[in-house]
Amino acid sequence: MRRAPVLTFTKNGIYCPAGDFYIDPWRPVERALITHGHADHARSGHRRYLATDLAGPVMQHRLGKIDLDAVKYGQTRQIGDATVSFHPAGHVPGSAQIKVEVSGEIWVVSGDYKTENDGLSDPFEPVACHSFITECTFGMPVFDWQPQAAVMAQINDWWANNAAEGRTSVLGAYALGKAQRLLVHLNPDIGPILSHTAIAKTNDILDRQSILTNNSIQVTANLDVKNLPGALVLAPPSALGSAWLRRFGPVSEAVVSGWMRLRGVRRRRNAERGFVLSDHADWKGLLQAVRATGAENIYTTHGYTDVFSRYLNEIGYHAQTVKTEFTGETLEQDQAP
Amino acid sequence: MKTFTALFAQLDETTKTSYKISYLSNYFQVADPMDKLWTIALFSGRRPKRAVTTTQLRQWAAERANIPLWLFEDCYRVVGDLAEALALILPPAQQTSDRSLSDWIVWLRALHALPSDQRKPQIISAWDQLPVQQCFLFNKLITGGFRIGVSQRLMTRALAQATGQDAATLAHRLMGNWTPDTTTWAELIESDSPATDLSRPYPFYLANGLEARGNHTLETGPDVDVDQEADPAAAQLGPCQDWRAEWKWDGIRGQIILRDGNVFVWSRGEELITDRFPEFTKLASLLPDSTVLDGELLAWKSGRPMPFNALQKRIGRKTVPKKLRDDAPVILMAYDLLEHQGRDIRLQPYDQRRAHLTTLFATLPDTCPLRLSQGLDFKTWGDLASMRAGARAAGTEGVMIKRHDSAYGVGRKKGDWWKWKLDPLTIDAVMIYAQAGHGRRATLYSDFTFALWQGEDLVPFTKAYSGLTDAELAEISKWVRKNTLQRFGPVRQVTPHHVFEIAFEGLHESPRHKSGVALRFPRMRRWRHDKVVRQANTLDDLKEMLSRYG
Repeated sequence: MRRAPVLTFTKNGIYCPAGDFYIDPWRPVERALITHGHADHARSGHRRYLATDLAGPVMQHRLGKIDLDAVKYGQTRQIGDATVSFHPAGHVPGSAQIKVEVSGEIWVVSGDYKTENDGLSDPFEPVACHSFITECTFGMPVFDWQPQAAVMAQINDWWANNAAEGRTSVLGAYALGKAQRLLVHLNPDIGPILSHTAIAKTNDILDRQSILTNNSIQVTANLDVKNLPGALVLAPPSALGSAWLRRFGPVSEAVVSGWMRLRGVRRRRNAERGFVLSDHADWKGLLQAVRATGAENIYTTHGYTDVFSRYLNEIGYHAQTVKTEFTGETLEQDQAP
Repeated sequence: MKTFTALFAQLDETTKTSYKISYLSNYFQVADPMDKLWTIALFSGRRPKRAVTTTQLRQWAAERANIPLWLFEDCYRVVGDLAEALALILPPAQQTSDRSLSDWIVWLRALHALPSDQRKPQIISAWDQLPVQQCFLFNKLITGGFRIGVSQRLMTRALAQATGQDAATLAHRLMGNWTPDTTTWAELIESDSPATDLSRPYPFYLANGLEARGNHTLETGPDVDVDQEADPAAAQLGPCQDWRAEWKWDGIRGQIILRDGNVFVWSRGEELITDRFPEFTKLASLLPDSTVLDGELLAWKSGRPMPFNALQKRIGRKTVPKKLRDDAPVILMAYDLLEHQGRDIRLQPYDQRRAHLTTLFATLPDTCPLRLSQGLDFKTWGDLASMRAGARAAGTEGVMIKRHDSAYGVGRKKGDWWKWKLDPLTIDAVMIYAQAGHGRRATLYSDFTFALWQGEDLVPFTKAYSGLTDAELAEISKWVRKNTLQRFGPVRQVTPHHVFEIAFEGLHESPRHKSGVALRFPRMRRWRHDKVVRQANTLDDLKEMLSRYG
């Protein structure tokens, strides 16, 4: 008799029949295992949630009162006939790959991940498996990241230069992950660092968890920005070019995102500067991660799925695209920072 | 290449004109003269002759990056710019190079002398020593098309700032068919008497569009319901006695130069097109030497303009067979005189230039391929509005309004010349295919195919690319992704659901189109959220328009 697959792809998302649970489902379900707190992965409306202890507080902040159970990285949990465990994905603090084992067969759902150590999140750990479901937001060889140190140096130079010329620097960065990663690497000797409220809330949560030392000032209505020359403001990308920025006087705006690798995207966002820094793996990172799992079967999801799976097939893997309801290229969805 | 790359990065990272001018001006003060000359050439669309094909570049880069060609093609589709896609997939440079921009151009030209099989290792060795930005610009030298928002006008302003010369004089110096081989920085920009270039045209003076009064904004779209005869937009211009009017001819703008017994014909795109219009060679014996006319090239028969597509057939041909010349004879509808008896008279008042022009025309025979664009006689703006309403019947696109005492300016300077075009023709059509754009729009669906009803079928009849706001483009792109029925390469067939009002300037019969009709300058005027697909127009409606206006 043919055994049922460990994980299947349903209209609600990735499903495990042996344990009767879903991973990052997009419709309300009984039991959801969540890789990380970004809105396209952690949705509201599920009856029970399971995530890492590190991801928990942000999820509770974003989703309100939820029935949340937490595990540590590497800790195993038996759910029905499945054994599950969460392993660092290096994407944002608390982000995980989820390993599911049923009768000796191992599948891993990558969630979002990057292979470079960002100095904030627990670094990505390859997990050996038979089948690997991988994201591929940047699954094209044009996406080739420079080392983090080089990009951070560019950002600090840009900031110092703006400060010297009397302009406030504004960095558009995603509120969970990217903004805090920048906080870790910005050079506070250049000037004060300010955070938009949406980012400040997350900073505080991570600070309370001792993941981050929040050395930034929250921008409130009565903050006197005139007394803070040479400041750098961390703001969600949507705040760029908005009236909210007027209080800072002359500004230089920049976007920090992997998409900034493409000149056309940068110009379309009307960003003067684009810094190429992503919390997702680049092309080489994706290939390296796939190789490190030792998996034979690769399922591609989230991103350039067709391209990436076609290439994997050409180099000897058995790869296929996960057909999901949301087939749009993530480029247009700003949640892929 | 480093200095030029730094300039490019500066220009590319700002949208503010004042910054661009100061970056360019600084560059023009410090860069090497040969580099400066090439910079002007490149930014005005000139580039070195291509020594390798873009197909070769794609193959070699894919090979060097160790990826299959299909993967490179997919990358190109996402990036939207070939030079950039090549630079992004190539492995990072292992060495560096101190070659300047002009050194690299000399190097590229030397490739021509090499047998073709030796060009590949040369190009690859270049790629290996250029960091990604420099590599992108190096590829641009080969593929062409430096689109970074540096207009001719902006460049002349920067040059004026850098050299202390008058911008209009510089604009004139930059015209014509010079290349960095035929001139030098000193000769082109700095010398007191620029080397006599017999064919050098004057910069064209361009008119601004006259908009109907009211709340015309991007969000609300054009005010389509203003009655122009009751409330003419032209009334904004003040007393009508100060203004002259003539038809707005629907051809291509051209300048005809007679100097030293030669005839030169220039298009507005600064292309020398003399050979395509042999009609004009006889002007040398009909008009006095040292005369420069500005006007509209038109296909002309039986005393009236032929539809634009007749002229289009002529524009594309470098040599003209006799039959084509007989089918679509071309004239210049002259409306201004820029050089008269060897003198540049652009600063004389309009009325005076027109008087000279009229005198010149007094003695011309009917067989001469020139017509004088007649002034329209009007006492009130309301009169002119009525004439404008008859423009389509006269085979024109509206009226031009020019101030009686205006000089002939440079570029599009607001105030003295206005075009008051007819409202376009419009039809409501259904979107059926979508394709991603290029460059800035590479990630958006911006090229659409539209269809009209024929019974129960939707027949495609036109494409359109412009007219939507960025917000609308983002919205429709998102919709396209979720409502794709089928993909044909980069083209997506979508559910027939959205109705758009398509505006166009004219239409003509075309056996090459499935619908049998081709539109002139089609664009999306409004997204008709208020209409369902069944309410779109029919092909019969379009054919009816063809019989009336075609």
